[in-house]
Amino acid sequence: MKPSNAKIIKDGLWTNNPIFVQVLGICSTLAVTNNVRNTLIMIAGVTFATAFGSFTLSGIKGLLPRKVRMIIQVLVLSFYVILVDIVLRAYAPAISKQLGPYVGLIITNCILMGRAEAFAAANPPWASFIDGIANGLGYGVVLLAIAVVREFLGFGTLLGFRLAGDWFTPWTIMIMAPSAFFLVAMALWGSNSYNARAEARRKAAVAKAAPDRAAK
Amino acid sequence: MSRVTKTLVGAAPHIHAKQSTASLAWGSSLLLVPAFLWGLYCFKLAAVLPVVAAISAAILGELLIGLARKAFTLGDGTAFLTGLLVGLSMPPGVPLQVPILSALFAICLIKGAFGGLGANWMNPALAGVVFALLNWPAEMGTWKWPSHLTGVVGVSGASPLGFVHSKFATEAGGGDALSLLGASGFSFSGLDRSITAFLNNDLLGHLGVSLPSGYMDILIGNKAGAIGELSGLLLLAASIVLIARRIIRWEIPASIFASFAVLVWIFGGIPFGNGYFSGDILFEVLSGSFILVSFFMATDPVTSPSTPGGRILYGLAIGGLTFIIRRFGSGAEGVAFAVVIMNCFVPAIGKLELAGRINRTETLHE
Repeated sequence: MKPSNAKIIKDGLWTNNPIFVQVLGICSTLAVTNNVRNTLIMIAGVTFATAFGSFTLSGIKGLLPRKVRMIIQVLVLSFYVILVDIVLRAYAPAISKQLGPYVGLIITNCILMGRAEAFAAANPPWASFIDGIANGLGYGVVLLAIAVVREFLGFGTLLGFRLAGDWFTPWTIMIMAPSAFFLVAMALWGSNSYNARAEARRKAAVAKAAPDRAAK
Repeated sequence: MSRVTKTLVGAAPHIHAKQSTASLAWGSSLLLVPAFLWGLYCFKLAAVLPVVAAISAAILGELLIGLARKAFTLGDGTAFLTGLLVGLSMPPGVPLQVPILSALFAICLIKGAFGGLGANWMNPALAGVVFALLNWPAEMGTWKWPSHLTGVVGVSGASPLGFVHSKFATEAGGGDALSLLGASGFSFSGLDRSITAFLNNDLLGHLGVSLPSGYMDILIGNKAGAIGELSGLLLLAASIVLIARRIIRWEIPASIFASFAVLVWIFGGIPFGNGYFSGDILFEVLSGSFILVSFFMATDPVTSPSTPGGRILYGLAIGGLTFIIRRFGSGAEGVAFAVVIMNCFVPAIGKLELAGRINRTETLHE
C-alpha cells in the first residue's frame, strides 16, 4: 500500500523521527550542534542530500542488481554530498572551514543510507523525495533544539547575537561534545516517556471501548 | 511434576543489620559537620552560601524527581548528603549558580534519570563536582585565604596544590613542594611554626630527621582550598568514626592511599628535578580533595564493589589514576575524575568478583 504524503511527513517529523525513534545520525548531533548557524547549514546539507539521494535511488531502483546496490547507493549519495561541499566552499568559505570534515562526513550520516534502504528501495521517487525532506527536517528540529540550548548556554549568544548580559557565566561544558550526549539523552527521555504515556492512554481507551476484546 | 522450591528458615539467631540507608546517610552527613564548621570559621558567609545553596538544590531536585515517580524519598537522607558533599567541594564564595546547578545535575540526571537511589552507576555528588570542574573551570579554581590568617575576609590566592602544580611546567629544579611554596611568599602560621618546632625538638630530633615548616598548616587547614576539604585533620578524625561504625569499608581508602603514595614516592620528585624515589607523599595526600573524596565519596556503597578483593582492586586503580591525572592533567586536581572513571568499571569488577566466587564454589564441590 502506498503511504500518503501526510503520513510520510508525520513519520519523518515525529512517529519515526530519525533521532528519537530510529536513533540515526547521532554522530553529527554531537559534532555540529555547538552553534546554531553551523547546525542550520548542516541540516540543509543533510536534508538536500537525503531528499535528492532517495529520489534518484528510487528512480533507478529497478536497474540495480541486488548484490551491488549498497555500493551504488553510496556512490549516488556521495555525489550529492560533494555538491553540498562544493557549493559551501564556493559561497560560504568561512562556514565551510568551520565545519571542516563534517560536510564530507554527511555521507556517513546513517540517515542517508537508512532512508535509501528503508524507504527509497520500496517506494516511488516522488514519495521518496518527500520522505527525505521529512526525515531531514525531523533530524533538523532535534538538532536545532539542541544547538539553541548549547549555543545559548555555551556562549550566551544565538546565531552570533549576544542575548545574555554580563552577569552570565558561560557553561564551558556546553561547547564540548559531551554536553550533546546529555542533551540528546534528555530529549530522548522526554520523547520516549511522552510516547509511552500516549500509548498507555490509547490502550486504556481501547480497553474501555471494547472490554471483552482487550481482555483476550 | 513440577519441582517445588522451599525456603528454609533456620533456627535463630539470624543476622540482623542495624544499619539502614538513612542511618548511613545521616551518619556521614553528621560526621562532615566539623569539616564544615572549620570552613565556616575560615570563610564566614562565603562558606555558608554555597553549602546551603547546594543542599537546597539537591532537596528540590529529589522532590521534583519524587513527584514524577510518585514517591517521597527525602527521608533516606541521601539527597541531603549529596547536596552537602557538592557544597563542601565548592571554593568559598563561588557564584551560587555553580553549586545549585551542580547539585541539580547530580540528583536529577545522575541519580534520578537512572532510577533513583541504588540505580545510579556514578556517585551523584562526585558527578556534580566533576560537572562543575569541567563547566566553570575559572570559578572552580578561584580560591580564598582563610580570614583568620590574613585578617581580612575574602583575600584570594592559589591553593597549595594548584600553585605547586602550576610550577611543574615553568620552573623545574629546586627543592620540593614546601620550599617552592615558602620561596614564593606563602607565609606559614605561628601555630605551624610552634608545632613543627616542638615535633622537631622533642620527637623527630631523636630520630635524626626534621620536618620542614608548612605541613602542619596543610594538615590543620590553614590554607586556601574548597570549603570542606581544608582540614585533613578533622576529616581523618571523622573517617576513623566512619570506619569504626562500619559506615564505610577500610579497604577502599587504604588501597587508594597505598597505590597513590607509592606512585608519588617513586615518581613524584621528578617534576622538581629530584629524580626517582623522592616524592613528597605527605604534601600530595594532604592537599586538595584527596581525603574528602577517598573517604566520603569513593566509598559510596552503591557505586563501589561489594567484596573486599573487588574494593582493593577498585581503590588501587583510583590511586593510580589520581596520580596520573594530577601529574599530567591540565588541572591540579585529579582524585574526583579518577573515582568517577572507576565508578564506570564497578560492574566489570563485579563480574570478576562473581567469576572468583563461582571458581571457589566449583573447587569446593570437586
